Amino acid sequence: MHVYLDNAATTKVLPEVIEAMIPYYSEFYGNPSSFHSFARDAHKGLDDARRTVAKCLNAANPSEIYFTGGGSEGDNMILRGVAQAYRKKGNHIITSKIEHHAILHTLQELEDKGLATVTYLDVDENGLVDPEAVRAAIRPETILVSVMMANNEVGTIEPVKEIGAICREAGVLFHTDAVQAIGHIPVDVQDMNIDLLTLTAHKFHGPKGVGAVYIRKGVRVPAMITGGGQENKKRAGTENVPGIVGLAKALEIQTENLGANMAKMTALRDKLIAGVEERIKTVHLNGHRTQRLPNNVNFGIRYIESESILLMLDLQGVAASSGSACTSGSLDPSHVLLAMGISHEEANGSLRMTLSEFTTEEEIDYVLEILPPIVQRLRDMSPIYPKGGE
Amino acid sequence: MQYSERVLDHFQHPRNVGEIPDASGVGTVGNAKCGDIMQMFLKISDDEIVEDVKFKTFGCGAAIATSSMATELIKGKPLSEVEKLTNEAVVEALEGLPPVKIHCSVLAQEAVQAAIADYRAKKQQKEEAQKTE
Repeated sequence: MHVYLDNAATTKVLPEVIEAMIPYYSEFYGNPSSFHSFARDAHKGLDDARRTVAKCLNAANPSEIYFTGGGSEGDNMILRGVAQAYRKKGNHIITSKIEHHAILHTLQELEDKGLATVTYLDVDENGLVDPEAVRAAIRPETILVSVMMANNEVGTIEPVKEIGAICREAGVLFHTDAVQAIGHIPVDVQDMNIDLLTLTAHKFHGPKGVGAVYIRKGVRVPAMITGGGQENKKRAGTENVPGIVGLAKALEIQTENLGANMAKMTALRDKLIAGVEERIKTVHLNGHRTQRLPNNVNFGIRYIESESILLMLDLQGVAASSGSACTSGSLDPSHVLLAMGISHEEANGSLRMTLSEFTTEEEIDYVLEILPPIVQRLRDMSPIYPKGGE
Repeated sequence: MQYSERVLDHFQHPRNVGEIPDASGVGTVGNAKCGDIMQMFLKISDDEIVEDVKFKTFGCGAAIATSSMATELIKGKPLSEVEKLTNEAVVEALEGLPPVKIHCSVLAQEAVQAAIADYRAKKQQKEEAQKTE
């Protein structure tokens, strides 16, 4: 059996999405900036996609959507752009300790260059940011607050709406990295008080290498990539038209099916969580139990190390991950788990399994059947496992 | 990152897993914080042959495979030869390791050395105890 439980890393592209993309490679391949019918067809594809994305996010106007090359690019564009455009107001940025590296490494670089002063907010043991901590950290020179909508490793859903309200009240811009959340939970940029948002297509069954940012009208984000005047002069480069069409198609489908998919995944997620807790001793669910992405399961499994679990699972056809795919191969334990107060020892034994709506009950049963013996085998081999079990 | 067939074989079917209750020497290296702990148990005969060896490892696939391979390389060998075991020899026997995993082979070498040092210290203690008798 082949079971894919690494959907937080990336997802399979829906057949309908591929189908929607193909004509933009083979027929409507004109450069949208050119002046002829081929260009007009391509341009129409772009316009339709922008309208669809705006509608799915409940943006006030399609002109507030800008297409990018993905999530990391979107985060970079917004952080660097806001730091530059608002430097007269100040250089203070507030974020959390559990953001994706696309946020943390970019802010680190801005700090190193003297372009920003950054406050990194703590999270609680469930990975939640306290909105009141955001309020307390805001200073007169604060220009931006950036807190992710949902964490990629532990699935905790942040109180984005509350944080957004506090920012709005204080007159500070609010950005949310919604890469893991879009297509998985309802998102409404107006209702949630969001000024800036990042998303990427491949996390919701769209193609890789294409994303979008929402920039509320009036918010200044200069271009990071300069050249032609594409994307209203905010992102130069000939548009990835097939990718953008695919992004919009995937988002449209996922938004349409959101309720049903959430219900299905939540049921399977909770079955997997309960099954692991029932069958394996000394495990710890990382992340919030209920305020959690419907597709995320993350366990700390004591006395053994993640990679050996992953390797054993892989040898039996199950694809999972330890934390984020971006850090596998790195020897440092997850910064997210450490920020949640989990010890180095326990952070080394984390196992993330992320579902999609294509995950079946049979697959979950299979994982629940093979995982306990794998864990036992590795524990029996471990010098730190107490003799005779627990 | 890709492991060789040999590494996967030793990971899936580790040789000499376990403990030796009356070991002549035990060596433990690494710590859980850095993600690897290796424990090596040696049974050494009077004429200094490594008669038996067992290991226990907390760590990644490479940590388990290097421990297993190290035990195979030293089992039945004279101590004088076992002392010269290098991490390169372990890597070579495993048909290579990804660069980020080379430290696992170093840990395996250190675990063997620590077990030998423990054996020597115990032996010396015993000899001194005999002298004073």
